[in-house]
Amino acid sequence: MSATARSDIARTGWPQIRTVGVDGLLVSFGDRLNEPANRAALAFRAALEGAGWAGVQETATSLVSTYLRFDLTWKSHDAVTADLQALLSTQDWFKAPLPAGRKLWRVPTVYGTDLAPQLDEAASAAGLTAEQAIAEISTARVRVQTIGFSLGMPYLGELPEHWNIPRQTQLTDKVPAGALTVAIRQLVLFSVTTPTGWRHIGQTALRLFRPESDTPFVLRPGDEVLFEPTSPETLSNMSGDPDGGAVSEALI
Amino acid sequence: MTRALILRKAGPGVTVQDTGRPGYLAFGLSRGGAADRLALAEGAALLGQDTGFAALEMAGAGGEFEATDDMRIALTGAVMRAHIDGTAIQWNAIHRLPIGARLTIGAATRGVYGYLHVGGGVQTQPKLGARSAHLAAGIDAPLTPGTHLPIGPDSKAAPVGLRLTPEPRLDGGLIRVVPSLQTNVFAPAERDRFEATTFRRDARGNRMGARILPDGQGFHTETGLTVLSEVIVPGDIQITGDGTPFILLSECQTTGGYPRIGSVLPCDLPRVVQAAPGATFRFQFLLLEDAVAVETAEAQRRARLHTTVEPLIRNPHDIADLLAYQLIDGATAGDDLERA
Repeated sequence: MSATARSDIARTGWPQIRTVGVDGLLVSFGDRLNEPANRAALAFRAALEGAGWAGVQETATSLVSTYLRFDLTWKSHDAVTADLQALLSTQDWFKAPLPAGRKLWRVPTVYGTDLAPQLDEAASAAGLTAEQAIAEISTARVRVQTIGFSLGMPYLGELPEHWNIPRQTQLTDKVPAGALTVAIRQLVLFSVTTPTGWRHIGQTALRLFRPESDTPFVLRPGDEVLFEPTSPETLSNMSGDPDGGAVSEALI
Repeated sequence: MTRALILRKAGPGVTVQDTGRPGYLAFGLSRGGAADRLALAEGAALLGQDTGFAALEMAGAGGEFEATDDMRIALTGAVMRAHIDGTAIQWNAIHRLPIGARLTIGAATRGVYGYLHVGGGVQTQPKLGARSAHLAAGIDAPLTPGTHLPIGPDSKAAPVGLRLTPEPRLDGGLIRVVPSLQTNVFAPAERDRFEATTFRRDARGNRMGARILPDGQGFHTETGLTVLSEVIVPGDIQITGDGTPFILLSECQTTGGYPRIGSVLPCDLPRVVQAAPGATFRFQFLLLEDAVAVETAEAQRRARLHTTVEPLIRNPHDIADLLAYQLIDGATAGDDLERA
């Protein structure tokens, strides 16, 4: 283990390895979202995939963790944990670079109106007027920290501290696909119609999952996104376009 | 000639299911697949074919089916009333479905998800490596009347008239769980109360998850609702804001920020999905090493299921039109000479 990695563990107690269900292990690089931990999780998953261990059935990342599911007849939890610790010790994952080939997306978004009825409520929870909220969110260049919850669905951040608003205690019965929602300093863009505790502040026409396509998923972890304001009429005209008017450029 | 099973009538939740599509978790797609994986294994054992073959999952009710060729069918999972051309047939058994005959499968009398397996398997076009409909993801949809399902080749000599005794799982009961990464955000007293509480299956539920109602108050963490979104696996018991547990199932989301008090052993998930609204549950925490032993033993039992298949002995009570059967070989109505 490098001296830097050792000092990180001594200072923060991370990374930690915990179990998920009966056949999963989770390597977490922090207990709250932060830039180095997110980068470490993405980089460690890439290393794990590269290692090609025989009994690993699936890997993924969440915001600050790398997950693996393994065959229970392959090795014991203790043995897999030891293998993970050995891989962890090969470099300082907190200083690993972001994935290559990232993009910047500009996504037309209708804020508020009957298309996104919780803008006022969310703005108020953040101590802002609706106008201030639109100004802030629409100019925040947010990064895809992870894809999860459902298909191709990004968690994006990080928003300023006053957006650390809780999720609702009662779920909203459904938000539509393309809904832009907010809670706990993050934006989530929904790929399917679903119940949620996140507040619905904007609406886009971007289809995040296209099962008929060779590249069924649009966004990748590490991509950056700007949710640029548009009118309901303009959005309506984009409904036939799977990109919903969104355009992307390569990030150098 | 392509063999097909034609759907003439369909209940609202008839879908093609197999063991699901691993490998897309990083893009937010859960594995999906049959809600009751044991039922899939039982069908495969009866027909003597691979567990990976796709079958029809019937949520709550079946439908009417017609074969374009002689086929073998197996019925597993939730018990439903089934007939071939009006004659009652047994559940948890294989039968011959002759070309042109009408198979009718009614509403579930016990359990929730029934399965119709066909010798040769349902051979629809795979999507992203599997044939399973993933309703939450919008990958395929419940089947509609008129659908022709391609069926793979089956040995003409393959047996019918076999049955097996299913693992009892249709009426709720004891569910074994392991602590998961967020179990510790619940105070020990709250975890004890979780184990001591009787739960009732709520009517709200689908392939994503099942809501269960405690007989007392809901469950709460010391940290409140704002926990970091983290990886979810099927079986995780999520506590939503009002304190009500939700057991996440085959089509669950892949990450989420509601705290989870524990995770149901995969081998006990069929018991969760097959419990009809009103069925009751208790939960028991196992140590991880004990859970691994239970899972491993269960996997071995599943692999040996084909050795438990036995000849089907007809119970006369199950035969709706007993008189239609020629019970004694050579017996006649006694008017042959008059008719001849």
